[in-house]
Amino acid sequence: MSNTLHTAAVIGIIALMTWITRGIPYLLFARKDPPAWVTYLGKVLPAAIMVILVVFCLRHAPWAAPTHGAAELISVGVVVGTQLWKKNILWSIAAGTLCYMLLIRTVFPV
Amino acid sequence: MKPFSYALKQVTPILLSYLFIGIASGLLLNQAGYGPVWAALSALLIYAGSMQIVMVTLMTAGVPLAVVAVTTLLINARHIFYGISFINEFRAIGREKGQRWKYPYMALTLTDETYSVLCSLRLPAGEYRHKVEFTILFLCHMIWIASCTLGAVIGQALPADLTGIDFSATALFTAVVVNQWREARSHLPAVIGFISAIFFYFVLGPDQMILPALSASVVALLFVKKRLPTEELEGAHE
Repeated sequence: MSNTLHTAAVIGIIALMTWITRGIPYLLFARKDPPAWVTYLGKVLPAAIMVILVVFCLRHAPWAAPTHGAAELISVGVVVGTQLWKKNILWSIAAGTLCYMLLIRTVFPV
Repeated sequence: MKPFSYALKQVTPILLSYLFIGIASGLLLNQAGYGPVWAALSALLIYAGSMQIVMVTLMTAGVPLAVVAVTTLLINARHIFYGISFINEFRAIGREKGQRWKYPYMALTLTDETYSVLCSLRLPAGEYRHKVEFTILFLCHMIWIASCTLGAVIGQALPADLTGIDFSATALFTAVVVNQWREARSHLPAVIGFISAIFFYFVLGPDQMILPALSASVVALLFVKKRLPTEELEGAHE
């Protein structure tokens, strides 16, 4: 296979597989209404998923290092505090990210 | 407020994270010898940050296509869980006159970030909300394509040291968790998610945790269904 064709094939397959994972719930309920338990899951899952995503994002934090992921934990704390105080997601992201970038350059170098 | 202005305001929290991750993935691709056209094409069709970064390795390593397929399924399987919350909503949008094409488009542009923004939306059901949701998904997709392409065009390391800016994604999800926690009448779903994530992090390790954690949460949530009457829940959509 030529290089261009191979590259196109890799992108095409990854795209197709990604579409399948994103499309499955809709394909399953294309014609009929989803049953009550699926509608129920749709309502309660987001709260569980977002927490799992936070843990997932922090999975490669240096927990075993002497700092025990302090930069990450402190910055997550800053996000929580800012969000409770300002109730504005943009402020919380800015404060938390800035805090993290400062911490890993000063107190807890990577 | 016009649907477009409203949507634009909701998109801003994603901007930083998309710009950075998009540029980073475009840079990587370009350094591996694949130029801006490939970056734009994969951003348009794949539209998944972590997968596009893994893709560079898959391309350069000359991995068989079947392995590419399985790897993609494993990395992106979490998306299956996102769609569940929007089946009724996107179907309703597809039923509007001349909007049929929006249904598949919206289903296929639900990413970690756009999912969290749509879940945070607090608007009454109806055409206005539908327009806002579509515009959010469309704008984010365009921002993503622009950032990936830009990364490949820049073609070398970024001028400034931006190490750590990827924390903005973690910050976005954390802020959404805080919002959901404050609005929710029952904290059981969040607690279930946390326990299963921590459990599988320790049992299976950081790289194998997410799918088992999501699946276990689904099972646990079905198990406590009777204790969580849906009418009392502040869901993403009703």
